[in-house]
Amino acid sequence: MSDESKKAPYIVPIGPNHPALKEPVMFTFEMEGEMVRDVDFAPGQAHRGIEWMGMRRNPVQIVHLTDRICGICGVSHTFAFARAVEQIAGIEVPERADYIRTIIAEFERIQSHLLWAGVAAHELGFDSLLHLTWRVREQSMDVIENLTGNRVNYGIVQVGGVRRDIVPEQHQVIEDCLTTYEGLLGKLLNLFLDDKTITMRCRDCGVLSKKEALELCTVGPTARASGVNVDLRQDYPYAAYGDLDVKAILPDQHLGETHGDVYDRIVVRLLEVGQSCGIIRQCLSEMPPGPVTAEEKLAKLLAVCKKATGEAIGRVEAPRGECFHYVRMDGKEAPHTWKVKASSYSNLMSWIPMLRGEQIADIPIIVASIDPCLSCTDRVAVIRRGEKSILTKEDLHRLSVGKTRRLQR
Amino acid sequence: MRLSPSFNRSLWVYHFNSGSCNGCEIEIVATITPRYDPERFGIKLVGSPRHADVMLVTGPVVHKMKDRLLRVYAQMPEPKLVMCIGACGISGGVFYDSYNLEGPVDEVIPVDVYIPGCPPRPEAIIHGVVKALQKLERIQGGES
Repeated sequence: MSDESKKAPYIVPIGPNHPALKEPVMFTFEMEGEMVRDVDFAPGQAHRGIEWMGMRRNPVQIVHLTDRICGICGVSHTFAFARAVEQIAGIEVPERADYIRTIIAEFERIQSHLLWAGVAAHELGFDSLLHLTWRVREQSMDVIENLTGNRVNYGIVQVGGVRRDIVPEQHQVIEDCLTTYEGLLGKLLNLFLDDKTITMRCRDCGVLSKKEALELCTVGPTARASGVNVDLRQDYPYAAYGDLDVKAILPDQHLGETHGDVYDRIVVRLLEVGQSCGIIRQCLSEMPPGPVTAEEKLAKLLAVCKKATGEAIGRVEAPRGECFHYVRMDGKEAPHTWKVKASSYSNLMSWIPMLRGEQIADIPIIVASIDPCLSCTDRVAVIRRGEKSILTKEDLHRLSVGKTRRLQR
Repeated sequence: MRLSPSFNRSLWVYHFNSGSCNGCEIEIVATITPRYDPERFGIKLVGSPRHADVMLVTGPVVHKMKDRLLRVYAQMPEPKLVMCIGACGISGGVFYDSYNLEGPVDEVIPVDVYIPGCPPRPEAIIHGVVKALQKLERIQGGES
């Protein structure tokens, strides 16, 4: 082996085996010592052909398929798809249904951001915080179950409205949950943001500048943490958001400065939990009476959809950013075309500038910081000068925990 | 092979996603957190199949994952059990007519416990682990 090849960067493949979250990804890191010199990734390991299946089903059946595009932001996908079909078929959604959809979407944001905060704490080796956030998250799951009948994959949004009403007895349950979270938020912010270790690990780590965020078309909290003022709920209000006062949450509102790092992403997500509580409370008080669906009988609804021709786009601000559905119907039972662009798809490319120049031990938290699938980091093979050794997710986690311990000294 | 009594009681589980929608993953992680807390019985999620007694398989086994599922299954030490979590792993579920499925799971690897639901509740997953525990004890009892 020549001296040239010894100095050359070595390649670290991560994944795709055991991708435990949404998007299984195969990473290839080009390493120089501990530093990431370059990174490439290949998504598409869990392709199920959902769009293909959708083009063989009718809109009422597709609604249950869209729930299962992603288990965490299922209602956002269904919401976006239903909005697209409603525009094509000219179905007028009752106002009360718009409010119920908004309430469910905001509860989804609360549980999703708390879930993410726990995962981020775990990636830093702060497991007690993971268990704390997931314990408080269970209360939002209870409310979601109370409102929709299921903890995950709610199946509440239907084309033309929602499938269940919110009755007066449920207001108290929601109110209790919101009060708990508003009380807890200060504690959570304190635990995450004033913790010396978390600050040291996350400040100026995985930086995405505002320019890069705009160039890569990032969406949602990832873009907002870099100082880009985008939020569909503010820019293109849909459902009940037009009646509400929603402003995008940017990190400089809390701290007075924007770094675009992992720390800012934590700030944005935690503050959005508080914002969602406010939105739900406002929705509950302003919710008008009336029906919750434009057409109760599914056979009639299908007949309307079958006659519809045209194309439309449904856009919804999911917990991770803009979720986009394009539907084209041409007077048949099944849509002619259906295209889904999920929010993580827009955000994945931002990994490349974030990870460049960072250390191996920072990979887990940076990869997790945009809230994608992170258990792809399950098995890593390090090939160094022809020798091969396997790094599992546990080894990576140990490296990460080790760095935290070193910093604490 | 007879394991020590303390090992008998602490089941270590490994989770394999074969292309699931993430719903079952959330519920598995929710299961190991304080509300349900199965760790007091020694039930723990581990990161390597080589440490695991039970494998939790979620998802309908998409084309790219079939080979990996077989390899991960082969890496687990005996005695081993497989739990299939969620409707799509059992029958294909909503994805039954997809062109990219190699599943259901029991056509790829042998399954011992099926947990229906889309996704199953954490209580159902714990119930399944208890069933797996009983089966594991039966297997070991038979061999000694």
